[in-house]
Amino acid sequence: MSTGLNVLDHVMVPDHKIMSEEEVGSLFSTYNISNEQLPKIYHDDPAVKAISAKVGDVIRIIRHSHTAGRAESYRLVIKRPKK
Amino acid sequence: MPSPKRIGKIEFGLLSPKEIRTMSVRKIIWADTYDDDGFPYPQGLMDLNLGVIDPGLRCKTCDQKASECPGHFGHIELAKPVIHVGYTRLIRKLLRVTCRSCSRLLLSPEEIEKVVGTEDDLTGDVLSEKDIKKERVCPHCGEQQLKINFEKPTTFSEVVVEEGKKIEHKLTPADIRARLERIPDDDLRHLGINPDVARPEWTILTVLPVPPVTMRPSIILENGQRSEDDLTHKLVDIIRINQRFKENQDAGAPQLIIEDLWELLQYHVTTYLDNEVAGCPPARHRSGRPLKTLSQRLKGKDGRFRGSLSGKRVNFSARTVISPDPNLSVLEVGIPLAIANEMSIPVRVTSYNIEELKQILRNGPVRPSLGHPCGANYAIRPDKRRMRLAEGNLDTVADMIEPGWTVERQLRDGDIVLFNRQPSLHRMSIMAHRVKVMGGKTFRLNPAVCPPYNADFDGDEMNLHVPQTEEARAEAAILVSVQENLLSPRFGGPIIGGIHDHISGIFMLTNQLRWFTKQEALYLLKNMPLYNLPPAGMTAGKVNKWSNKQVFSTILPTELNMVFKASSCQNCETCQRELCERDAYVRIFDGKLESGTIDKKAIGAFDGQIVQRIIRQYGMKRAAEFIDDITELSIRSIMLDGFSFGIDDEDLSKTEYGQIDEVLQNAKIDVQRRIRIYEDGQLEPMPGRTPEETLEMQIMQVLGKARDRTGEIAGRHLGLGNSAVVMAVSGARGSMLNLTQMAGCVGQQSVRGERIMRGYDDRTLPHFRKGDRGSDAHGFIEHSYKSGLNPTEFFFHAIGGREGLVDTAVRTSQSGYLQRRLINALQDLKVAYDGTVRSTGGKIIQFRYGEDGTDPMKSCFGDPVDVKGIVESVLKEEV
Repeated sequence: MSTGLNVLDHVMVPDHKIMSEEEVGSLFSTYNISNEQLPKIYHDDPAVKAISAKVGDVIRIIRHSHTAGRAESYRLVIKRPKK
Repeated sequence: MPSPKRIGKIEFGLLSPKEIRTMSVRKIIWADTYDDDGFPYPQGLMDLNLGVIDPGLRCKTCDQKASECPGHFGHIELAKPVIHVGYTRLIRKLLRVTCRSCSRLLLSPEEIEKVVGTEDDLTGDVLSEKDIKKERVCPHCGEQQLKINFEKPTTFSEVVVEEGKKIEHKLTPADIRARLERIPDDDLRHLGINPDVARPEWTILTVLPVPPVTMRPSIILENGQRSEDDLTHKLVDIIRINQRFKENQDAGAPQLIIEDLWELLQYHVTTYLDNEVAGCPPARHRSGRPLKTLSQRLKGKDGRFRGSLSGKRVNFSARTVISPDPNLSVLEVGIPLAIANEMSIPVRVTSYNIEELKQILRNGPVRPSLGHPCGANYAIRPDKRRMRLAEGNLDTVADMIEPGWTVERQLRDGDIVLFNRQPSLHRMSIMAHRVKVMGGKTFRLNPAVCPPYNADFDGDEMNLHVPQTEEARAEAAILVSVQENLLSPRFGGPIIGGIHDHISGIFMLTNQLRWFTKQEALYLLKNMPLYNLPPAGMTAGKVNKWSNKQVFSTILPTELNMVFKASSCQNCETCQRELCERDAYVRIFDGKLESGTIDKKAIGAFDGQIVQRIIRQYGMKRAAEFIDDITELSIRSIMLDGFSFGIDDEDLSKTEYGQIDEVLQNAKIDVQRRIRIYEDGQLEPMPGRTPEETLEMQIMQVLGKARDRTGEIAGRHLGLGNSAVVMAVSGARGSMLNLTQMAGCVGQQSVRGERIMRGYDDRTLPHFRKGDRGSDAHGFIEHSYKSGLNPTEFFFHAIGGREGLVDTAVRTSQSGYLQRRLINALQDLKVAYDGTVRSTGGKIIQFRYGEDGTDPMKSCFGDPVDVKGIVESVLKEEV
């Protein structure tokens, strides 16, 4: 990162983490889903680039929530389709 | 249950001339429909091969009767090709992107690759008109391209520049067709057209399909004359011109005549497809009414899509005007006898109810008055045959029925029905009520259920539906009933509660401390489900007296404990609690109102704290009873004192009028003084503002303060003895500002938050001098509504009022559309059993509903746990 700005340090950007293969496996089994059913995120999303996640990775996002205080969400990295 | 099917793909294509001829059963050449005997001409527009509409005849194609034959297409061979109006934009695009000589795309393979991508790596993009520069040279054959002009509705021409002059050279449909035919398939694919199903030359018609007679039936008028459908009329025109065209062509008529006929044929085909094309006079009926042709059948609100396919009609429904009836329970709806007689519920005959049903059958279809038991309109035999009940056959049918029959019984008290008011914006717009058959001709409902329907009684109409099966009735009672919808799923508070007079009434009953004699107390509690009065709170002399708080407490559940502040609370710095001089500190201890006034905060729709607590502590049923009790009690208490309002109630005394005048005079002088300072250039501008803006702000501030001062002066004179004050303080209706405007001063009228500046040069009206910045010249109304406005004030008031009207109109339409789009996007999402929110495809939208998994309807104004309520019930103290 030459610019020196890390988007993850910004207060408005929630915490993004790449999940390990075991974590992804247990995620799929708890919700009884395949990766197609996960919410998506583009590979060129600034936060995805910042944690250098690859297409096919699953990312855990931990947010502050007005209702729950802390909310976890998971997203599958996909390639941005050309316009 | 069958699993849902996934749609693989949808293909959109054009009908090719070949396909039109294949599906056609008959070539149509005669413009006439029926001969003198009323028999269709062969090869005419009503040919028997196209299907039959007259009963008795058989279709020559499928040999079926009128009711069974679906109809079959025919076709007309056009003398010359004509353009299909629906595809003019596509034709224009194709003419502009292809070469006029070799018909290939005006791009070299490299240029195409740039947009479409290489064969292995397709971008998924298609070429558009913008990718091609205008009037360039064809990269394939070197031909100089010409500009293509398109004139609505169907004229295309090339622009040739000769000696600096532009000459338009018209393209005939045949020329265009020839050009389109030559476009290679591969080039079309780059343009996003699949040539297997949509060759571009098919947009130029050479054959016209003739729709089956079944979709353009002729009707026989009362005088025996036949009247043809609009489409048939239009087809007659087309065939006539086509025929004439052919004859002229064969006879070798001059080019000019041929061109005229060609254009006429084009006009008729165009209006046959769409009679509302821009730049084309609509084809008219003899009476002058424009014809309803193909596109008009599909388009618009009453068209095939919105009117016939999406639009639904139902049986067993009723609609009439609504009016209030405070004596009904919120769970009930009053239904006119005439409607109750007409609507029915099917009841299966069993050995248990056969005697009852026999009696109902004997009662017959006419229930003469409210006192009579309900009858029946139909009896249905086990073979599904309906028998209409009439005066003559009642006893016969009653003797015939046995288990297996069904009796369509009339509506009677206690039946469950669905009640609805449009627009149905949320689920509380349809609720199930219990029937109460009444006189009159309107639906009656308790005013407390108006908020969820957003209904009032200025002429509103509502719809009623009668569920016809046991399952539907069970669902209505368990899920849709008013009782189950007291809480709004929007914020977890009650949406049904006291309104208007309920709040004024309960305020007047409970405010401060009052004592009632036994007679008065019983008058108030007359309709309450109460067996004993509580012990008297006071004995004066020998007379027992009950306090107003005691009377109110009789309808509270015992063991209710809560503390809150009423609407009339002024949020004083230090709360006086029980000693509050406005009696706004509400404290309920073990179901007894110890102190405080009951008003909007306690029982109102949307706020109702007590209602909310009762729902959480005792359930929906008890809450519905409480709402019924509160409406009864409040109506009786408002009747005990009487309540009225007129403009005379805003009379003030001479002293107050003097004070108000003085305040306004001072304000005017102050404004003049500030204007002088500004005009002398002495005004110190505020940071970031021009001196003008500063002056405007100061004036607005001074005048605003002056109005508020007049309100205070008026308020000092008008106490709780004034009806308008009672309504404003209790939260029933209106505000202190409304009162100020009636009694004191209406105040500054504004447009976009500024004083009124528009009008003539340097002045708003000719009544003022140019450049006058005074308060009265820019919309300050110093009179009150009671004293009356002078003409200029009245005009300014109209300006301000109009802005308000326009704003609300714009806002409602905008927010309505926003909400519609949101609902359309979210309507198929559901919360799965594991707490996730999923789309119909099983895709996860949220991992936990609302991130905390809380049902907002079961929440307490958004909080999952009502901590305050729990602590109050246990400690019986304020938290």
